[in-house]
Amino acid sequence: MVNIDWRLRRIGQTVFTSWAVITLSFVIVRMMPGNPMGAMIQQLERRGLDPARARELVELRLSVDPTKPIPAAYVEYMINMAQGNLGQSVYYQDSVVDIIAQALPWTLFVLSWATFISFFIGISVGALMAYWEGGKLDVGLTSWAILMGSIPFYVLAIMLLIFMAYRWGWFPTGGRRPTGLEPGLTWPYISGVVRHAALPILSMIVASGIASLGMRGNAIRVLGEDYLRVARLRGLSDVTISTQYVARNAILPMYTTLLISIGEMFGGSVILEQVFQYRGIGWYMLSATYQRDYPLMMGGFVVITLAVVIALLLADLTYGYLDPRAKGQESESY
Amino acid sequence: MTDDNRPDRTDHAEALESIPSGDEGSDAPERTASGSAAGAAGDADGTVRPDGGSVGVESPFEVVSSVEETRLDKLRKFYDSYIRAPFFIVWTDWRARIGFTIVFTYLLMGIVGPYVIEPTEVGEAGALAKPFENWDYPLGTDQMGRDLLSQVVFSTTEILKMVFAGALATVGVGTMVGAIAGYKGGWVDTVLSSITDIFINLPGFPTVMVLALLLPIGSNPYMVGLLLSIAAWGGLARAIRSQMLTLRSESFVEASRAMGIPSRDIIFKEIVPHLMPFVVINLTNAARRVIFSAVGLYYLGILPFENLNWGITLNQAYQSGAHYRPGALHWFLVPMIAIIVFSIGLILLGQSLDRVFNPRVRARHEKRSGETAADGESDEELTSKVGGV
Repeated sequence: MVNIDWRLRRIGQTVFTSWAVITLSFVIVRMMPGNPMGAMIQQLERRGLDPARARELVELRLSVDPTKPIPAAYVEYMINMAQGNLGQSVYYQDSVVDIIAQALPWTLFVLSWATFISFFIGISVGALMAYWEGGKLDVGLTSWAILMGSIPFYVLAIMLLIFMAYRWGWFPTGGRRPTGLEPGLTWPYISGVVRHAALPILSMIVASGIASLGMRGNAIRVLGEDYLRVARLRGLSDVTISTQYVARNAILPMYTTLLISIGEMFGGSVILEQVFQYRGIGWYMLSATYQRDYPLMMGGFVVITLAVVIALLLADLTYGYLDPRAKGQESESY
Repeated sequence: MTDDNRPDRTDHAEALESIPSGDEGSDAPERTASGSAAGAAGDADGTVRPDGGSVGVESPFEVVSSVEETRLDKLRKFYDSYIRAPFFIVWTDWRARIGFTIVFTYLLMGIVGPYVIEPTEVGEAGALAKPFENWDYPLGTDQMGRDLLSQVVFSTTEILKMVFAGALATVGVGTMVGAIAGYKGGWVDTVLSSITDIFINLPGFPTVMVLALLLPIGSNPYMVGLLLSIAAWGGLARAIRSQMLTLRSESFVEASRAMGIPSRDIIFKEIVPHLMPFVVINLTNAARRVIFSAVGLYYLGILPFENLNWGITLNQAYQSGAHYRPGALHWFLVPMIAIIVFSIGLILLGQSLDRVFNPRVRARHEKRSGETAADGESDEELTSKVGGV
């Protein structure tokens, strides 16, 4: 019973957050100073359209009727959103949903691989570092992790681009798939896609060295526990202790970090995709920003946010499997 | 302790003896409370004291310090245990030494630098001079012939302004919201936690990007800092809240509640000081985040600008194609290294603060230095002093 209650509440919270984000996007579009709606109407009128026609176009594109009073416009906007109608892109002359739908899988591809690999590395390395705290490995790897954590991922991305793509030519300099090849399950195409994604993934992994530092801190906290002394007395090997005992207990706070880092990585994809000219959702959102293409920009914003919200929900719901103690009421404190 | 103690009375036992005669009215409130309780019992059964102690024998609990603590003493004690001792502990760690030095250097560069180094102009020197060739332009020049060293120094001031506003706002709002939510519980917690959740769920960079485009931020670095804090305070608020949940049921908090101290004072004067280490460490993290996001925003060319900063230098380098042109690499490298070194300093500082504040690490540290006994003495002495931090 308790489990069901908790999950229902968590889902309810997700729905609430989604509603709040969409409402926020409405507020931004409609009510902010310098709001996109007013700006778009001005844009169109300057091009010589008569005001009535301009309003019509704006309504079509933003899913917001400029003539309606705010409450009615809000209801209409929410209905449109619920039906998946995010408006029309001004620059690409296409529906925002279509643009985002074809871009999103590429972003998810890069993000999911980057997240998995970097956390696998971060957690195992962090546990070892903590176990041999003060040793040579710890000092060396801590310095490495500090150095990597101090490099913003986009700076690293630019460096990788300069050297691995432009200077040494190991990887393509931009784009998301090989040109001139039919999309399909053929080896050249798939390997081309992986090669295009390799640099964005690599820059995220290398830059996430800080994850292992967090793990190290957590693991040190675990290291004082009595059951570790018992494990050592039983003659268990260092590797067994660090993976089975330390890592399992230190991993839980890391899971929280993972949840938050999903959001950060999604946010970071805007810069990353610009650096590598990788046409994912972040690239489209940024190009919309440059073009003052408000429907696409707000659509990208809403979709990225919803994706993060859903990812966090999934992660939260699976948290109980990672830590059996967290099942039920206590798991509220994620 | 109040300051109106009669100077001749240094021993509490004497004070107790004079209680039955009932002249205790003018004494300090704590003493009156204990004194009158003992006095009442003493009246009831003659000379026997209620705590079972014999009259005239000094109990260690009744001895009052014969030395009066002045405000200066208090100040010195505070300085010793909260500033000097932690500083020296931190200083024994190589990371801390580097971290402090780096951060201090950047502060110096940002505050004093602009008065020492001349601002640079377009066409001041030849385009894309290499670093370390011409000592008028030690770090080389960019495509427009501007001195990169001067750009770095003047950028530091701008970035420091952003960090100052952004990190303080992030940590301030995060601590306040988290502390109130965790302490109050009930509907206050529900409301504040829901708001926090929304802000945690907002992906930081896109949010800031959209807001930067729509809000009239202008080129004011303080405003940029505040803008960046909007998407950053949520995580800290949640962490503070969860720590608050355990602290709120501690006995000292219950005692304060029973004494009728207002919630605001309990939260901010009693509990939050316990969380200060955590908050201070987060200050360095917040500072790093502000730098990364601000430089990112400027690199993408989203914010308008008046004065140069590292992000704008990167943006101009990218716009001019310095990433594929030979001989322009230093244009990227100079601002990048400026960011990275500052960030290393902040991480090291945060880590060493963690060492001071994390009792487990401190205990291990103490044990180890005791074993080696080389620099053990000073270490141990200092470590025991900060016991209360």
